Amino acid sequence: MQTEIIIAGFGGQGVLFAGQVLAYAAMDGGLHVTWIPSYGPEMRGGTANCTVIIGDEEIGAPLVKHPKAVIALNLPSLDKYEPLVAEGGALLVNSSLIDHQVARADVRVVYVPANEIAERLGDKRLTNMVMVGALLAATGALDMQVVKSALKAHLPAKHHKLLPANYDALDEGAQIAREALAQAV
Amino acid sequence: MAKELLKGNNAMAEAAIRAGCEAYFGYPITPQTELLEHMAARMPELGRAFVQAESEVAAINMVYGTACTGKRVMTSSSSPGVSLMTEGLSYIAGTEVPMVLIDVMRGGPGLGNIAPAQGDYNQMVRGGGHGDYKSIVLAPASVQEAIDLTVLAFDLAEKYRAIAVVLADGSLGQMMEPAELPEMQPLRKGTPDWAITGEPGRPRRLLTSIYLQPEAEETTNIRLQRRWLDVEANEVRYQETYLDDADIALVAFGTAGRVALSAVRQARAEGIKVGLFRPISLSPFPVAQIRQLASRVRSLLVVEMNAGQMLDDVKLAAQGACPVEFYGRMGGVVPLPDEVLAEILRVSTHPTADLNGHTRAAWLDRLEAGRGGN
Repeated sequence: MQTEIIIAGFGGQGVLFAGQVLAYAAMDGGLHVTWIPSYGPEMRGGTANCTVIIGDEEIGAPLVKHPKAVIALNLPSLDKYEPLVAEGGALLVNSSLIDHQVARADVRVVYVPANEIAERLGDKRLTNMVMVGALLAATGALDMQVVKSALKAHLPAKHHKLLPANYDALDEGAQIAREALAQAV
Repeated sequence: MAKELLKGNNAMAEAAIRAGCEAYFGYPITPQTELLEHMAARMPELGRAFVQAESEVAAINMVYGTACTGKRVMTSSSSPGVSLMTEGLSYIAGTEVPMVLIDVMRGGPGLGNIAPAQGDYNQMVRGGGHGDYKSIVLAPASVQEAIDLTVLAFDLAEKYRAIAVVLADGSLGQMMEPAELPEMQPLRKGTPDWAITGEPGRPRRLLTSIYLQPEAEETTNIRLQRRWLDVEANEVRYQETYLDDADIALVAFGTAGRVALSAVRQARAEGIKVGLFRPISLSPFPVAQIRQLASRVRSLLVVEMNAGQMLDDVKLAAQGACPVEFYGRMGGVVPLPDEVLAEILRVSTHPTADLNGHTRAAWLDRLEAGRGGN
């Protein structure tokens, strides 16, 4: 059993770090995990994505065609990955920057105004953690507490003052996903 | 030691340091650069040598010089950079001094691109440079295995006074996985009895790759070939998965081996009896094991990220005992498990004999049809 997650957006939106948080949490939770970035000849402001695969046995291919979950932080990412999410998978859309509605009816969609929430929490750099919170609630890929512990364990001590805001961002994202999916049922 | 989340490039660099690498010489190239960066940070901290040379040609000759002193030494690069090093590799092989090379392969030929590929199989497995010599070539498929094989490479290079290559690819270099690093090994005291150390008073030692008398050069060649027979007898490594009851065996190394594993699991879930043979030592190649495998399965399916370079070695090993089919992607395209699964299904439902020698033409037809508008 494995869960494949693609996180995609602009460079600078915390795409790679969000994936690493999931990878650290999976490792700390005793699971197998791979994290692999797109590493094309790109620069700040260009597109960035990473693939995280979490499983309970040795992971084979580090890339998949049809991921079980996608976080789309901007419109080009939604355009690219909407057709590829596995049937029944989760599509987390940053509605702060994407005003499109998802056309597919066979995936679970959650619209998260992640930039607004991050700015309300005091730091727009929390956008990625809001989306990660929504992902956790929508997929159950990892336990929220394990992710919070992983943040604390692997963030350098000098950044620990940022932990409470990160926890809030995770919780708010998760809350939005829970509400959205409850309405959808 | 506890597991850490490590990027392949950094993990190989740190593994080399802990294996006692005392000198690193290199030149940056994607997708390998983090390896050099890690060395740039760590080697001076430990009082060891790090030089970013002015070119790959300079770097490999610095490696050559250091190798002659008996110190553990390495370089790393990616495909085009390794091509620049091949003259030096041949000199090092001819001089019979040990070194480790890590090649994080990328798309080619030519300048190509920075995406993961396996197009340097032939170059590394056949030695790379001119003349009759072979290098030990180890192909990891995970970050943990990249660590373990880097440490092993230093030991084997020394044991056989040979070049040991860790042949990775951009995917493995850039990927992060939980892995465990070895303890820091103490640096070896003293030097091997062939090393040149400038010590006055003891009998002269000579390290060279120039033997102007053909008979003397032939004597060296005989020594190299005899030593290689020992390597073949002792250093074959491979991994078998789900092969016990398999009708079809995939043969794939490195990242292609991981992709094949995913496809094998999917095919097993559909009730197809398929397994995976993953060569870990590409040189020496597991010839006897593949010969034996070919005699008990219905078909072999070789999967590579190149145009079928290991395919030739598998066919030689199989000696026609069963059909050998092929699927590959080239130029930096990493095959997806779905594509390999489709190939397993094809081989499973049409076990047509592939003994006519048209393996590549048939594969190219399927590949072009599958690419559609790409």
